[in-house]
Amino acid sequence: MARLFPQIICGFFGIVLFVLYFLKAPSAKTLYLTITSDYWQIIFAFALLVGVASFIRVNIKKVAKLSEGPYVITGLLGLFAMPVMALLWGIKGDSPFMWVFENVQVPLQATVFALLAFFVASASLRGFKARSVPATILLVSALIALLSRSDIFGWFGNSALEFSEWVRSYPSMSARRGILIGIGLGSVTTSLRVILGIERTWLGKDR
Amino acid sequence: MDPGTIVAGILTIAILSFLYGDNPVYKMAETLLVGVSMGYVLVITWTNTLMAVLFKPLFVESEFWLIIPFIFGLFMFGRFHKSTSFLSRYSMAVLIGSGAGVAIPAMLGARTLRQMTATVEMVQGDSFLTIFSGLVVVAGLFSTLSYFYFSREHEGIMGRSARVGTYFLMIFFGTTFGYTVMSRVSTFIGRMDFLLSDFLHLTN
Repeated sequence: MARLFPQIICGFFGIVLFVLYFLKAPSAKTLYLTITSDYWQIIFAFALLVGVASFIRVNIKKVAKLSEGPYVITGLLGLFAMPVMALLWGIKGDSPFMWVFENVQVPLQATVFALLAFFVASASLRGFKARSVPATILLVSALIALLSRSDIFGWFGNSALEFSEWVRSYPSMSARRGILIGIGLGSVTTSLRVILGIERTWLGKDR
Repeated sequence: MDPGTIVAGILTIAILSFLYGDNPVYKMAETLLVGVSMGYVLVITWTNTLMAVLFKPLFVESEFWLIIPFIFGLFMFGRFHKSTSFLSRYSMAVLIGSGAGVAIPAMLGARTLRQMTATVEMVQGDSFLTIFSGLVVVAGLFSTLSYFYFSREHEGIMGRSARVGTYFLMIFFGTTFGYTVMSRVSTFIGRMDFLLSDFLHLTN
């Protein structure tokens, strides 16, 4: 029963939403938007609260450990400081909450992303070797994309830039479309399996 | 100097210190990022979703139908105890079921039919280059799809088509890789520009 009822609810919502998508009546459109907008937003918000609560629970257990304690405390301080600041001074443009967002979160996030440039570059140096035809094509197309915005391509005039744009807009896009169509068909099949109750992995294991 | 710039500069150097090796300063900055990001998302979700979409309409404007998603949302907390963990399956059932119902027509429309239509339309044109480019796209699409078609062995025409498909896929991966590297490098340049000019005042 603990697995059957959720499956029935899942199938019911799947069929209802599928039918609502095609109905033109205003009430059907309203119901469709209510479920896909309000229902989803609210349940996702609660899922986030569960995630935050779980993060706090897991980290509080680690506080006592000498090796992890200072890091865990820093993370928890960051987590608690934001709601406290929002509660005390609000979240308007010049509030301390926004100050922390602009001067702590944004630079940290941007630098972590920037750091990836080094790892991507070192990985490509090791991995990009023209050992076979596909590997050579991969290397050449990556070089074309990389150099197209640099001064080196400028020496060849506009035609080099146009060629790189052509590669991106036609041969590259055709493969992208193939992948997208594959994803689309795969999603449809998986969705049907979920609605019909064939795919049940989302129910998890009985604890 | 602006205190915000000092804090941002120190934190930027803390993250960049990872290039030397994993160290406590980097770990501290990393966990701070995790905590602050989670706190930020928590506040924004509370303000923009839970207060604006749920609590205010439900308790102030008396929109009682919102009690249904509210109950499903509360069921999510059932995960914290063994005896109530089954409740979260009901919330997941709503999300996954409705997501699957929406995905069928949406994916067929946007990901499959629209992509096919756009491909066929590309062959139309009045110049040689347009028609040639369109034919390249059609050839690339069919060969890529044949590479992902596993119901028949990749032998003969099918094998040759699949091999051509891998070439198109390599072009796609190569260009995607190139543009990803460029975006990361431009972010890095932005951080270095901030460090050298705003924080350290070494350049203008």
